[in-house]
Amino acid sequence: MSEALNELSTYIREARASLVEDATIAYGELTLTTTAQSLLPLLTFLRDDVQCGFVSFIDICGVDYPAREKRFDVIYHLLSPRQNLRVRVKVVTAEDEPVPSACSVYPGADWFEREAWDMYGILFTGHPDLRRILTDYGFEGHPLRKDFPTTGFVEVRYDDNAKRVVYEPVELRQEFRSFDFLSPWEGTDYVLPGDEKAKV
Amino acid sequence: MTEHNVRNFNINFGPQHPAAHGVLRLVLELDGEIVERVDPHIGLLHRGTEKLIETKTYLQAIPYFDRLDYVAPMNQEHAFALAIEKLIGLEIPIRGQLIRVLYSEIGRILSHLLNVTTQAMDVGALTPPLWGFEEREKLMVFYERASGARMHAAYFRPGGVHQDLPPELVEDIGKWCDEFPSKLDDIDDLLTGNRIFKQRNVDIGVVTLEDAWAWGFSGVMVRGSGAAWDLRRAQPYECYSELDFDIPIGKNGDCYDRYLIRMIEMRESCKIMKQCVDRLLGDAKTGPFSSPDGKVVPPKRGEMKRSMEALIHHFKLYTEGYHVPAGEVYAAVEAPKGEFGVFLVADGTNKPYRCKIRAPGYAHLQAMDFICRGHQLADVSAVLGSLDIVFGEVDR
Repeated sequence: MSEALNELSTYIREARASLVEDATIAYGELTLTTTAQSLLPLLTFLRDDVQCGFVSFIDICGVDYPAREKRFDVIYHLLSPRQNLRVRVKVVTAEDEPVPSACSVYPGADWFEREAWDMYGILFTGHPDLRRILTDYGFEGHPLRKDFPTTGFVEVRYDDNAKRVVYEPVELRQEFRSFDFLSPWEGTDYVLPGDEKAKV
Repeated sequence: MTEHNVRNFNINFGPQHPAAHGVLRLVLELDGEIVERVDPHIGLLHRGTEKLIETKTYLQAIPYFDRLDYVAPMNQEHAFALAIEKLIGLEIPIRGQLIRVLYSEIGRILSHLLNVTTQAMDVGALTPPLWGFEEREKLMVFYERASGARMHAAYFRPGGVHQDLPPELVEDIGKWCDEFPSKLDDIDDLLTGNRIFKQRNVDIGVVTLEDAWAWGFSGVMVRGSGAAWDLRRAQPYECYSELDFDIPIGKNGDCYDRYLIRMIEMRESCKIMKQCVDRLLGDAKTGPFSSPDGKVVPPKRGEMKRSMEALIHHFKLYTEGYHVPAGEVYAAVEAPKGEFGVFLVADGTNKPYRCKIRAPGYAHLQAMDFICRGHQLADVSAVLGSLDIVFGEVDR
């Protein structure tokens, strides 16, 4: 498996050197890093080339790294049933930098891009219908961003007097508890109260 | 009435419609009885599973997977466990693998039984669900006897399974496998040759193989269109490569072919289960059912009474949890509905940084517009039935 991946990686880099910024193999999986401009040519190449044959579209998802200047990774997973190989294509983008929509290459990208827009606010240009998909009608914000609280901002209930569903700001009976069980001996970047005296 | 007064008719199908298989709202645009456009509105069951998983340790995240495709819960846990094992590099002992395969196949039969019989109900037959649910009930008892829960099992853990199976349970599963094919024959007799069932399904919802790949289909949806593609054979995980089973494929890519494939797959699953049972009572009768790595797999109660080390591990694993090395992996299993994948981004702490759940039903449902266009209104429910949609996994 990994030999075939190595060959594929070398082949793609040779055939389309200008489209691929970086190709790495980790945990037996090939990751190609590319830019927003060369995304569509690369996807088209991966789909149409005889030696690639990535005709099966698997997934698009976003990952949020708020500390970075360009905070989002957009990750495409493709599958080649003929070669029996998978590939991951990664594009780095920012909040206000749109990524070209893959709908023209893979029609199945439609809902996955809508989900990435809904969850992260990643913009896709050329998408036929970039609406929210999973969240409520009229929802505000992008819930999977790291700076969006897990408890959300509004809660919903049926108001018997108004005879309709009403939205209200979230009111918690008990503060949301985020348990930090990271061992104080490894992994934390803060000093436990009292520990500063140890070195004196 | 003059020509220009004729206009298309919009109807809402669902969200509370028995043929919508859950909470699906379809906005249909009809020209007479011909469907012009389908706009599925989903998300009514959205629970933010992916967000919740990011706030939990790896072990605490497992129960969320039961609640995705709640028709075959353990198959989902399987993908998550495989992703973690890939990052940590754990080896599963053979008994653990066989138990996993056994229960994955039980899950497949659970899901196919529900789908085949409710699809029959969607097109007008009431008896098959009654017969199918009787068998499902027996299978759920097997779930319960292994894990303590009929549905939300949390039984597949990274490193293996939670508890060992008693030999009586394995024997009972073996007995069930002997009886089940005759029950399947009954359903077969009712449906396969049935005139009405054929009228409603043959040549309805035809998908070519090329379209099936491009739309992100997997599982029965691509096999129905003629691809001999099954992750259990193509990219084998656990001990599937040692087991003997066949992969049925369709010729026409219509609803009827997909029904036939599900029926044959249930027989094949039964065959796989029988092989697992034989090995679990034969060469793999004893031995570990989960990895011996004490840094990931919690110790058993008995050990904790004697070993200080085990006690410490137990405490650490159930408070802090284990740390997963940083990296990105994608692990997929052949779930009953298609390729169920987990894309896991780990940052080296005890919680996943990002866990994207790739549900097969999501990709299948988005093609509703593509498949149903030009069909009759009544075909919408037949197509929906054959897509095998469960909202737990579509909405997440």
